[in-house]
Amino acid sequence: MDGFLKPAPIKKKFFTPGVIVLLVIVANGLFFLAGRFFFGIGKVTNLNNQYPWGLWIGVDVAAGVALAAGGFTSAALGHVMHREHFHAILRPALLTAMLGYTFVAVGVFVDIGRWYYIWHPLIMWNGNSALFEVGICVMMYVTVLYIEFLPIVTEKFIGKVNLKGFLSKLNKPVDKFLRFLDKWLGVTMFVFVILGVVLSTLHQSSLGTLMVIAGPKMHPLWQTPVLPLLFLLSAISVGFPMIIFESIIAAKSFGFKPEMDVLSALGKTIAPLLGIYLAFKIGDMVIRGTFVYLLEPTVPSIMFLIEVVVGIVIPLRMFLSEAVLKSTKLLFTASALVVFGVLLNRINNFVTAYTPPYKFSTYFPSFGEISVTVGFAAMLILIYRIIVLYFPVISLPNKDYVPNTKYTVRG
Amino acid sequence: MEKHNRRTFLKTAAVATATLSGLPSKKLKASPKNILSEDRMGVLVDTTVCVGCRNCEWACKNAHDIPSGKLKDYEDKSVMKEMRRPDIDALTVVNQYDNVKNPALPIDVKVQCMHCDHPACVSACIVGAFTKQENGSVIWDTDKCIGCRYCMVACPFQVPAFEYDKAINPHIKKCDFCFERTKVGKLPACVEICPVEAITYGSRNELVQVARERIKNYPERYKNHIYGENEVGGTSWMYLSGVNYAALGFPKLGNNAAPGVSESIQHGIFAYFVPPISLYALLGGIMWITKRKQSKESE
Repeated sequence: MDGFLKPAPIKKKFFTPGVIVLLVIVANGLFFLAGRFFFGIGKVTNLNNQYPWGLWIGVDVAAGVALAAGGFTSAALGHVMHREHFHAILRPALLTAMLGYTFVAVGVFVDIGRWYYIWHPLIMWNGNSALFEVGICVMMYVTVLYIEFLPIVTEKFIGKVNLKGFLSKLNKPVDKFLRFLDKWLGVTMFVFVILGVVLSTLHQSSLGTLMVIAGPKMHPLWQTPVLPLLFLLSAISVGFPMIIFESIIAAKSFGFKPEMDVLSALGKTIAPLLGIYLAFKIGDMVIRGTFVYLLEPTVPSIMFLIEVVVGIVIPLRMFLSEAVLKSTKLLFTASALVVFGVLLNRINNFVTAYTPPYKFSTYFPSFGEISVTVGFAAMLILIYRIIVLYFPVISLPNKDYVPNTKYTVRG
Repeated sequence: MEKHNRRTFLKTAAVATATLSGLPSKKLKASPKNILSEDRMGVLVDTTVCVGCRNCEWACKNAHDIPSGKLKDYEDKSVMKEMRRPDIDALTVVNQYDNVKNPALPIDVKVQCMHCDHPACVSACIVGAFTKQENGSVIWDTDKCIGCRYCMVACPFQVPAFEYDKAINPHIKKCDFCFERTKVGKLPACVEICPVEAITYGSRNELVQVARERIKNYPERYKNHIYGENEVGGTSWMYLSGVNYAALGFPKLGNNAAPGVSESIQHGIFAYFVPPISLYALLGGIMWITKRKQSKESE
């Protein structure tokens, strides 16, 4: 069965009507992005002294990091715990994490006022700052993710290096180098895999510590000293739903059947993870007595309820059902709800919950801000598409594969 | 001067000892400095004295190269109808509030950075661009700042302002306690110009005594509460008032240091890198065991 599934480049055309739509969205985003770099953050966003952080930090950075959690959760499952059954999902999850984190870095680059100083945290340290910790961890983790992706590149080119013209002399040395790299990576990869998981646990939780310092500026429904734990638990519980979500979308988009066998097995692990997250979320609410705020019909309390009921409780119930795990549609819906729940949680923590002590207006992202965020998401999808068309990432049932059991059974 | 030398020597000696004995010291943590000197300066703002002339606003702009216009224009009280906040073009502003005790005399409150003893901005800043200086001022270093605006998220008084409309080299702007002026022995610009001595500059410890004295001598004039004495762990700027501070737009804050529990969480997760390294070892162990199990199964 496992030999049946082998990662291979997908033989499809790049351009489809959907791709054209995405390109338009990207162009629109780039237009406003140019505005930000030429005229300043204030011209494109609705940010001001009351609301220093908005959609870009809430979605591009915070939600981006959370939704790329599939990378480290799947690495923990597949590489650390050696559940070979899940090997088919490891590469797509790795690619999503790699691209996700790349765009997190790009998101930070766009949001900070002095983007040309983005390297400063490397040499100017502040060990007290949660943001410093997040920054350093994310930088290291992006590097680790690219190293983890390298074997896919070497696999693609080994034995096939074919440079044209005067560069053809380099064919042999390059091939030799790739083989050396592949061998070296094969031996040392476990170091990077574990490092990736450790770095992820660290910064996923520190991302929660970020808003603790905002103290009373943050709505009590979200402001809690266990915020780092809640961030970590939610990141762990959104990892697999995100993989299922994108696997099914990718399958539909390229016109093949999703590997339901693997995805259902993955889906089984989600309910306990979501359950732990929900328990801590509710427990924290009960201990701090913040449920009293739920009785007030305010925007934050409604957003909190949506986040918990639609994003945790409903999918938790769904993942407990055999019927849901077996149905592509229902499994997709349940996973999408978890993804939505965590996305909303990050928006809530960084935007909804933030209440400036001196408030003269309410923040809602501008068209430009939304354009840039949506543009980045579209760009990510397009790059994902290019990479899976070119590199062996997605595992497909191999038609040419002849199961040798036919002959061995006889003996 | 001699005293200073002695202090520098002691500091160097302390660091040297710490380095030699392998003990972690504050200096070695590479965190921005947060000096809480016994002699740090402060300012006492007496809101029962301030007449709202706004001269301090004008003087502040002059001291910080911000276009200030004519002093005469500041007599215009119409801007005080609405609450204003310190911004990139005004590091201090005076707000006016109705006086319940005496409607004829509205209460004027000067607003600027409070210069916390344990500043949230210093704790939060990703590159340590904010520092608490020995003279009490919390200042910002343009050569470090990356413009992430986390200081603004962290500040409990909503003070730092950002130049949103500058594409290149936007600054974080806030009162710097006239760091450049006090360094050469001058008074802060606002203190110097105040015609009614509503703002007193001096050693913070002495100012607390002065404030207590005033409250004791005129109990009907003042509330028995020095705002800033204990708020967020104490601030260099402190206020006296005849009415509740909440009615004057002051945020109600606890007495814990402004960074709150965030630093403890941060250092708990990292406690000498023990938790991350333990996690690494644990995962490595699991990896090794499951690998062995698997290869045994396949044998």
